[in-house]
Amino acid sequence: MRHLLLAATAAGFLLAGHTAVAATAYVSNEKDNNLSVIDLDKLETVATIDVGMRPRGLALSHDNKLLFICASDSDRVQVMDLASRKIVKELPSGADPEQFALHPNNKWLYISNEDDALVTVVDVDSEQVLGQIDVGVEPEGMAVSPDGKWAVNTSETTSMLHWIDTATNQLVDNTQVDQRPRHVEFSQDGKLLWASAEIGGTVTVVDVATRQPLKTLNFQIKGVHPDKVQPVGVKLTADGKYAFVALGPANHVAVVDAQTYEVLDYLLVGRRVWHMAFTPGEKQLLTTNGVSGDVSVIDVASRKVTKSIKVGRYPWGVVVTP
Amino acid sequence: MTAYLECLRGIVLREWLRFVQQRSRFFSALVRPLLWLLVFAAGFRAALGIAIIEPYDTYITYETYIVPGLACMILLFNGMQGSLSMVYDREMGSMRVLLMSPLPRPFLLAAKLVATSLLSLLQVYAFLAIAWLYGVQPPVWGLLYALPALLLAGLMLAALGLLLSNGIRQLENFAGVMNFVIFPLFFLSSALYPLWKMREASEWLYWLCALNPFSHAVELVRFALYERLSVTALLVCLGVTALCSVLAVLTFNPQHAALRRSA
Repeated sequence: MRHLLLAATAAGFLLAGHTAVAATAYVSNEKDNNLSVIDLDKLETVATIDVGMRPRGLALSHDNKLLFICASDSDRVQVMDLASRKIVKELPSGADPEQFALHPNNKWLYISNEDDALVTVVDVDSEQVLGQIDVGVEPEGMAVSPDGKWAVNTSETTSMLHWIDTATNQLVDNTQVDQRPRHVEFSQDGKLLWASAEIGGTVTVVDVATRQPLKTLNFQIKGVHPDKVQPVGVKLTADGKYAFVALGPANHVAVVDAQTYEVLDYLLVGRRVWHMAFTPGEKQLLTTNGVSGDVSVIDVASRKVTKSIKVGRYPWGVVVTP
Repeated sequence: MTAYLECLRGIVLREWLRFVQQRSRFFSALVRPLLWLLVFAAGFRAALGIAIIEPYDTYITYETYIVPGLACMILLFNGMQGSLSMVYDREMGSMRVLLMSPLPRPFLLAAKLVATSLLSLLQVYAFLAIAWLYGVQPPVWGLLYALPALLLAGLMLAALGLLLSNGIRQLENFAGVMNFVIFPLFFLSSALYPLWKMREASEWLYWLCALNPFSHAVELVRFALYERLSVTALLVCLGVTALCSVLAVLTFNPQHAALRRSA
């Protein structure tokens, strides 16, 4: 309900500000140092915006007004005002920020610093670093639970999920998963955490209450060598029915029944698919295909790939505003 | 006018009867493309370099790619089989019965082309239905748009077959048609591999494929299946159909066999 209200308010703002603005996707192009802007009515790239060096992780403020960009090689997080599409702030992120997550209070940004084995917490308003937490080697995936209690980081080389209590910003627990965890995603009710393991080729579903693995999912695609199945991005539908898992160089997205953990389908997308974002109402799912330099559009209801849209070189992250 | 319709009906009916009496022909016409789809394409599933080409909006599996080509393969074999049946008719004398009709000869030949094409369409749609169940699902409207494209492609190949039949003196020569017409037309086309892929291998092979009218038939059908029109392919198919039909009428000589026998 709260999400509906938020979405409605955001839509109202947008409609008041501009006339008939279509939903928009922003895609970070890792090798082009810019963002591609996709008009989701026309399903084509309508603009590119230059940003810092090697943009990777993207996140929206909860009111959809600000876009946070991990400019990895510029060693900072940039804040873009989406109305003017100008960078309005640069946050001290620590070295080589890759992924991050915004706390539900819309203020604390949890950033993983890949080179320093750290998670940096930054207050978005005051631009102050609130703390730095030591985690495993090569931290990457980052998620904050819907109730704001937990921030979870994945470290690629240590192959662990690190549980950070956001009240104290202390590391309180670790969960071992398969090799090279890249991404974590909380279910809408906050009870489950889905973690992908790129080299392990699996996705582990973790019970948040006990912080223990519940289930490990495997993937097999006809005609694709198992070594190429490297899960990275995970997206869960709000109704808790489906999970989508991007399988990297296998060039497919797996559709998983989130209740039975059965893989229902594999959808062919572009080359080396990593991250994904839903369009408003979860009608479509966008995937970034790094090597082929495009974004594939999946129709969620029919589970069909309907289009692939050319963007810049090595698209990495994607977010959608209504 | 009714005489023409009656005649057309008669010729179509005769082809239809011949077709249903040879039920194995229907199955073999289906088995051939199905083998390609279910065995060959499955083996090559991952071998096709990934690129988005018109008329596709996104990445496709190899199975999806070759379905239009295999649909045209049915048309191609049936067109040539039509040519075989012309030679057969000539040898058996039933051609003379046909030619006793008071209607103009070009009309009789055109009716024969239409009959061959209509029967081919049945087989193509049976194949598309199986491909659909197998998971190759073009847009539903595309299946309807493909109908005129398939009909034109069928006419073009049937006209080509008719033209060839004028040059074939004996039934036994049909093996030559297989070797020198069907195989080159099929393999030097965009049916099995996209032309850009051909170009990577060799420039002159690419040009042979690009000039092959069968490529244009395949592309016409491929585009139509995805609700688009390839104008070049349409013009080439229309042109080749007209050319082959005219030449077939001009070179048509039912006396071949009879003359040879009396000589």
